[in-house]
Amino acid sequence: MLDVSGLECVRGDRRLFKDICFSLRPGALLQVHGPNGSGKTSLLRMLCGLVAPAHGDIQWQGSSIRAMGEEYFRAVTYLGHLPAVKDDLSALENLLISAELSGIQLSEEKAIVALRRMGLGGREMLPAKVLSQGQRRRVALARLLVAGTTLWILDEPLTALDSAAVQLMQTIMEEHLRKGGMVILTTHQELSVPGVTTQRLELAP
Amino acid sequence: MSDAGMFAILRCAIRRDLVLAMRRRADVLTTLFFFVIVVSLFPLGVGPEVNLLRSMGPGVVWVAALLASMLSLGRLFSGDHRDGTLEQMLLTPQPLPLLVFGKVVAHWLSSGVPLVFMAPVLGMQFGLSQDAVLVLMATLLLGTPVLSMIGAIGAALTLGLRGGGVLVSLLVLPLYIPVLIFGAGAVEASASGLGAQAHMSLLGAFLVASLLLAPWATAAALRISME
Repeated sequence: MLDVSGLECVRGDRRLFKDICFSLRPGALLQVHGPNGSGKTSLLRMLCGLVAPAHGDIQWQGSSIRAMGEEYFRAVTYLGHLPAVKDDLSALENLLISAELSGIQLSEEKAIVALRRMGLGGREMLPAKVLSQGQRRRVALARLLVAGTTLWILDEPLTALDSAAVQLMQTIMEEHLRKGGMVILTTHQELSVPGVTTQRLELAP
Repeated sequence: MSDAGMFAILRCAIRRDLVLAMRRRADVLTTLFFFVIVVSLFPLGVGPEVNLLRSMGPGVVWVAALLASMLSLGRLFSGDHRDGTLEQMLLTPQPLPLLVFGKVVAHWLSSGVPLVFMAPVLGMQFGLSQDAVLVLMATLLLGTPVLSMIGAIGAALTLGLRGGGVLVSLLVLPLYIPVLIFGAGAVEASASGLGAQAHMSLLGAFLVASLLLAPWATAAALRISME
C-alpha cells in the first residue's frame, strides 16, 4: 500500500501544492482533479519517483521510495503525457523492448495478444510513425497489460482515445483493481469504475 | 541482480539503439560525411606541400573526429527525451548507469567505429605512411570511445535546454583536449622514432577511467535533467 504524508511541490519560486496526505489500499482507485497548472502531473511524477518532493514522504509497503530506489520500480508502471513509443520501431518491437528493459519475460505471442486486446490486431508490425495518435496511445496502454505491476500511475490516459477504447480502459482498470491492484490517475473526463473504492483528490488552483 | 541478467539488459539496450541507428541511417551517414569533408578541406586549402601536410595530417584527422563525435551527441539522448522513452528508462528496475553504458556503446559503434575505418582513406590525402596510418587508427580506436563517454555527460547535462547544442560544445570540447593531444601526438612520436607506446598507454588509461566514471556521472546528470 501507498502512504503519502505532507507532500509539497515547489516549481521555481511558486508553490504548487502542500500538505497532500492520502493512503491507498489494494483495490483502490485515486482520481486526481484540478484545473490546468495545479500540479497534477508534478504530483504523479513525484509519486513514481521521478521528482523529489520539496517536503513530505512517500512510503510504499512501509518503506520510503527514496530508500527503495530501483526496487520500487518493480511495483510501479507510469504512463505520462508522452506515449514513450519509438516511431522507427513497430508496435510489437516497442512493447517487447520496453518489457525486456523492465525485466519482464514476455514472449512474442503474449505481446501480440496484448496488442490485439488493445485493438491493434493486424497493425503489430507497422512502424509506429504510421499509427495515429490514438493508436500510439493504445500501444503505450498495452504495456499495462503485460507489466504485472501493482501500482499504475496514469497521467491523462484517456487523451486521444475513442469511446470504445475509453470503455476498454475502464474494463482493464476494473480487472486490475479486482485483483488487488491500485490505480492513480488524472483525467478531465468523469470516470466511473463500478464496485470499486474511488478516492478523489482535489488540487487547488 | 545476477550477472547473466545484467548482461542481457546491457545487450538489449545496445541492440535497441543499434536497430534505431540502422533505421535512421541518414543521421549516421551525415556525421561520417561531415568527418570526411572537414578533413578533405585542409589539403585543398593548404596546398600540395607534402611535408606540411604530412606533419599536420594526424592533428587534422583528430580535430575532425572530435567535431564529428560532438555533432552526433545530439542523437544520444534527445530523441528518447522527446518521445518519452528516456523517462521510461529512468523508471525501469535496472541500474541506470548500465542502461546509459549500453546507449553509449551503441553510440560509439554507430558513430565512432566508422571514423576509425575511414582514417586510412583520409590518411592518403595527407601522404601519411602505412605505419603512421596504423598508429592513427589505433589511437582513434582507443580515443573515440572516450569521446562518446565524456560527451554523454555533456549531452545529459544539457538535455532539454534551449541552445543545448552550442552549450554542449562549450562543456565537452575542453574535456576532449587531453585525448586530442595524446591521440595526435602518438602518430608524430612514432614517426620521429620515439615510439607511440607512452601515448597509447595514456589513451588506454583515459579509456579505462571514462568507462568506470562516465556512466555514473551521466546517470546522475540524467536524473537531474529529468526532474
